[in-house]
Amino acid sequence: MSVSQHDPAARGRATALVVAVCVLWPLLQVAQFEPAVLFDAGNLATLGGFLGTFLPPATDANFLGYLASATLDTLAIATIGIALAMLIAVPLALLSTRSLSIGRLDGRLRPVSEVIRVIARGLTLVLRGVPELVWALVFVRIFGLGPAAGVAALAITYGGMLAKVYSEILESSDLSPTRALLAAGSGRLAALGYGLLPVASDELVSYTVYRWECAVRASVVMGFVGAGGLGQLMDQSMKMLNGGEACSILITFLLLVMAADALSAWLRRQVR
Amino acid sequence: MITLAALSVAYADGRRALDDLDLSIAPGERVALIGPSGAGKTTLLRVIGASLRPTAGQLQLDGVDPWALGSGPLQALRARIGKMHQAPPIPPRQRVITAVLAGRLGQWPLWRAVASLVYPLDIAGTRAVLEPLGLAERLFDRCDQLSGGQLQRVALARLFYQKPEIVLADEPVSALDPALARSVAVALNEDAKRRDVTLIASLHAVDLALSEFSRVIGLREGRIVFDRPAAQVLTADIDALYAGASHAAAHDTPDQHVPSAKPRLTRCA
Repeated sequence: MSVSQHDPAARGRATALVVAVCVLWPLLQVAQFEPAVLFDAGNLATLGGFLGTFLPPATDANFLGYLASATLDTLAIATIGIALAMLIAVPLALLSTRSLSIGRLDGRLRPVSEVIRVIARGLTLVLRGVPELVWALVFVRIFGLGPAAGVAALAITYGGMLAKVYSEILESSDLSPTRALLAAGSGRLAALGYGLLPVASDELVSYTVYRWECAVRASVVMGFVGAGGLGQLMDQSMKMLNGGEACSILITFLLLVMAADALSAWLRRQVR
Repeated sequence: MITLAALSVAYADGRRALDDLDLSIAPGERVALIGPSGAGKTTLLRVIGASLRPTAGQLQLDGVDPWALGSGPLQALRARIGKMHQAPPIPPRQRVITAVLAGRLGQWPLWRAVASLVYPLDIAGTRAVLEPLGLAERLFDRCDQLSGGQLQRVALARLFYQKPEIVLADEPVSALDPALARSVAVALNEDAKRRDVTLIASLHAVDLALSEFSRVIGLREGRIVFDRPAAQVLTADIDALYAGASHAAAHDTPDQHVPSAKPRLTRCA
């Protein structure tokens, strides 16, 4: 028996490296990203001038009032958006998950359940397939400028995302308690409450809180197309070339995201 | 009355877990299933519990073929059968009271199941089944605070709370120490005697099978090797049943599949 003088896995690693370069280099050309442009003297001066207008941050009482109300708007959009998204996601997840399928338990096919499952999965895909920014543009035309459009856009997109992930969490949990209950004649919803949720609830809560944190950020982005909150205020300040205001808004936004992060970390610790 | 006629269960590769079984078990009988690993004990219990459909032959429970029933009546039939497992299928974060109440989910309307999650509606009834098992003071504790033996007794309490007409126990005492194993086997038998219901349990502890049950069935490679009243089982029967059986363990099929965690969608706009 002869052991090779060289590492037999080296060839595989070399191949992976060559493939990675072959894929990334052409894509870099397509993306037209040239870091050198960033450090061009003229561009640096423009950037400096732009950032210079950010100082000092705006602190007049009038503006701070607007800022507070926009912050509240952003929080409201994210929270109500997630709440509505859950209303959409929970029934869709329950219809599309295989964990509560009695047919999977005893191998007897129930065609109606299968058809319903496929429809629910398709609907979920459509809901999250269109980005929330596009929905926001649509809803601004319906509800007019303001938070309502942001709420509707979040509810739809995040409803689809939550439904998909909820259904995956339910399928990747320990199913033995649920199976035992179904095998003892329990209904699907009762088996959900007594077998599946006790096993999966911490992951479900943790993911929902994480999504809420994402929704805070998303609601700011949607503000730029007129869907209310900090984003809309930022858009106005930028258009009026008021760097100080933009700076205050950015600082508020940063604090908000940090607070959301801390709150979601705390909530996730509580459910463990 | 449980009747199996020429019943077989075959795997996809044609290997037979149960091979042409004829068997009838009268109400009130307390049957111990013994035999080497891979003999088909678990499969037989799943078939009788109307969880696994036989590939050939027929199962009748009180004259009814479960697989001829519609979904609703089949579900109602399953609610009359109690099952116990080697590893109690109870969520770790569930409280003892909820785990016990889950025994009646097959009999309760949905509103009652949901209401009991908000506030347990039958605290007295739960306490009454936990009391004789020495667990009454753990009523509101979480199941992950219990020892393995206590958890198996919670599963027993759930079974007693369900009050099933047929009790199927798949190696209920295999994970317990000898003293606890005996006490659980005794409790199962006494409940069956007192309520005059059928008990079928698979066991690895032959001494318990002989001392506590009324009838013993020896199963090997999907066939019945012997089937006698417990008092008439001979040492030679037991020796023949397990002789040279170690290779059969390789046929053991894991029935619990724990899926691995999947990657999550974490797109964040």
